[in-house]
Amino acid sequence: MFASLRPVWVITRREVRDQFRDWRILFPILVLTLFFPLLMNITAGELVNFVQRYGGQDIVYQRLIPFLLMVVGFFPITVSLVISLESFAGETERHSIEPLLGSPLADWQLYMGKLVACIIPALLASYMGVTVYLIGLQIQRLEWNAPTVLIIQILILTAVQSLVMVSGAVIVSTQTTSVRAANLLSSFIIIPMALLMQVEAVIMFWGQYDVLWMAILAQVVIAILLIRAGTAHFSREELLGRNIDILNLRWAWRTFKTAFKGQARSIGDWYRQEVSRALRRLAVPIPIMVVFLGVAVGVGVRLAAGIELESSGGMRSYLESLATSSGEAVPALSVITVLGVFFLWLFNLRSIFAAFFLGLFSCGILGVLALMVTFIALGFIAALVPQVGMPWWLYFEARILPHGLVEIPAIILAGAAVLRMGVVMITPDHERTVGEAWLFALGDWAKVTLGVVLPLFLFSAFLETFLTPQIVRLLLGR
Amino acid sequence: MLVTENLTKKFNDFLAVDGVSLQVDAGQVLALLGPNGAGKTTTVRMLTSVLLPSCGWARVAGYDVVKQPARVRASVGVLTEQHGLYDRMPADQYLDFFGQLYSMKASTRQKRIDTLLEHFGLSGDRKRRIGEYSKGMRQKLALARALLHEPPVLLLDEPTSAMDPESARLVRDAIHDLRSAERTIVICTHNLAEAEELADQIAIIRRGKIIVRGGIAALKQSLLGPIEYEVRFAVPLDSQEIGFPPGGRLTAQGADWLRFQSDQPEGFHPQLLRSLLAQNLPVISLQEVPRSLEAVYLQAVNAPGDEVLDVR
Repeated sequence: MFASLRPVWVITRREVRDQFRDWRILFPILVLTLFFPLLMNITAGELVNFVQRYGGQDIVYQRLIPFLLMVVGFFPITVSLVISLESFAGETERHSIEPLLGSPLADWQLYMGKLVACIIPALLASYMGVTVYLIGLQIQRLEWNAPTVLIIQILILTAVQSLVMVSGAVIVSTQTTSVRAANLLSSFIIIPMALLMQVEAVIMFWGQYDVLWMAILAQVVIAILLIRAGTAHFSREELLGRNIDILNLRWAWRTFKTAFKGQARSIGDWYRQEVSRALRRLAVPIPIMVVFLGVAVGVGVRLAAGIELESSGGMRSYLESLATSSGEAVPALSVITVLGVFFLWLFNLRSIFAAFFLGLFSCGILGVLALMVTFIALGFIAALVPQVGMPWWLYFEARILPHGLVEIPAIILAGAAVLRMGVVMITPDHERTVGEAWLFALGDWAKVTLGVVLPLFLFSAFLETFLTPQIVRLLLGR
Repeated sequence: MLVTENLTKKFNDFLAVDGVSLQVDAGQVLALLGPNGAGKTTTVRMLTSVLLPSCGWARVAGYDVVKQPARVRASVGVLTEQHGLYDRMPADQYLDFFGQLYSMKASTRQKRIDTLLEHFGLSGDRKRRIGEYSKGMRQKLALARALLHEPPVLLLDEPTSAMDPESARLVRDAIHDLRSAERTIVICTHNLAEAEELADQIAIIRRGKIIVRGGIAALKQSLLGPIEYEVRFAVPLDSQEIGFPPGGRLTAQGADWLRFQSDQPEGFHPQLLRSLLAQNLPVISLQEVPRSLEAVYLQAVNAPGDEVLDVR
């Protein structure tokens, strides 16, 4: 174990030494370590004075000082983004990657060596900055006692943010052959990180520091997935080739078409061969998706626990409307009802495509979470309807199952297809390049979605419009 | 020591290497020649397990390039076409870094680094940053890197390019010295004189295919025809009729020279000299007409069709 880690350390040490030989890296690190925290100290001091001068509440600066602590920690780690974007692309551009690729290093050793090297200098700078800021606060004698847990949280959060950013940037760097291309693609890292910082800023101002643990946990999961995706698709061959810098749409379309159509000559053929094969490949994601949706219902029930409905209120009246059949008319076949079916279908399509797009950027995770939201709501309502005199099972039987028997399997299939796309991103495939693997997974997703999920949704929308109201009248008719 | 069979590499629709079959035994030097973009570097990259073959197989130092990539890489020393050095590192640290990657012990590593830097005349500059090195020095350092772990197989891509004549001589001598019964060397080069000097056999690759393969002498014989000899005279021949003894064929004649071919030079040449002297023709020299590898190369790469000439 230690013997196999040794080459990782050899790579890391060389890279770190090399970074410290470059003044272009040292200069921003020094500025962000020494000057920037002092600037934040001045800002904090001025704010405290301002608030106190006008009789403002302490809570203003009690929130701002820890927020500035997080900012002081975050700024230096942005340097790691620059270093990691350059890590593979720069070496490829300077041709120094080839001797490394020709050495007995395993792919993961080279990858991890560089990844760790990208984190160390920036993280050191970040921790030094935090130390300078905290010392500054002590010297300023501001009325803020730094809670130890919060400082630990900030230190861990900073390390995890750095890990997420670096693991994402290293993927970008391995999938490009020039620093320019890597820089152009850096928005894939910068935009999500900016959003993340905003979320974390809200948490800091909200003052619910326990929630930071959730943010840390989520980022650890994302970092693990990114590292897994990076090592899974690390290809010596692609690093030396120029193909990955060229967006070959014709090739992409051809590959997707091959994955989607396969050898099928007719629609029947396509269903028999291609769709059934794609469904078989969902054998593992399907049960996982069932578990996720079950967990979502459980979360909904848990959220509802302890909620006492007020005697009158929006929620009670909504639940009461669910418990009766009043307003449920058996619709006659007309243009309006057909349009209703169509809109229900479109509503479901929107969820599926949203899950697909969210899943694209998060190894499937956000896509699955998006689909889980409906089931959280389902569990929440089911847990509350007994308070308006309706057993939970009756709610399911009357309101959910008639069309849910078709719709829920469709959601499970859609979620499983999104999950599989995510899994493909973190699964090594030595037969295909990362682009091919992704296009084949996209082909499978399209087969399942177009061939099975959309027709099922159409059918369920039809059932929801024409059958569910009748079942509701039958079971809840008063 | 190095065997390939039908080694093929396809990048999307582009066939970079097309069914290359080679065998280079231990102790042999193969020169891989070919125009730019012919597939030499791709072949070398497959032999170092950096690129995976699309088809066919290769064994290097007894290891399969697909199934045992780490062992292959540990057994091979590669001098890449682009040196790929770290400009901010001093030379000794650079070699030490690669020594560690090849799992060499610290003491062995240090000894080897000292030897190689001394051998290539870089000892005095060992602490200088590589960025300050001249092109030739960089090339020598890259070669030292390839030799560091004393690999049984050496793949050298343009080993003397960008070098001044003295340094190039030094490197060629080093390659001579590296020849041993246990070592296989493959040199990719455009320098045909160098190939002729160093190689036991050559392979010419064109559009990914080996079109010519074999020993240099045999290839010359096969592509350029039988050896020609030339006799030069001290006086003009004018239109003098020359008596030519049987056993040789006159192929060309100039003002004060003639060229001929003979199947058994050891018997025919003394006989010819006696005959010429008897005819009062003062002979200055009799020698083989030099035939360069360049002529073989040009004939091979410009030949129409894809027929393979194998004269192993």
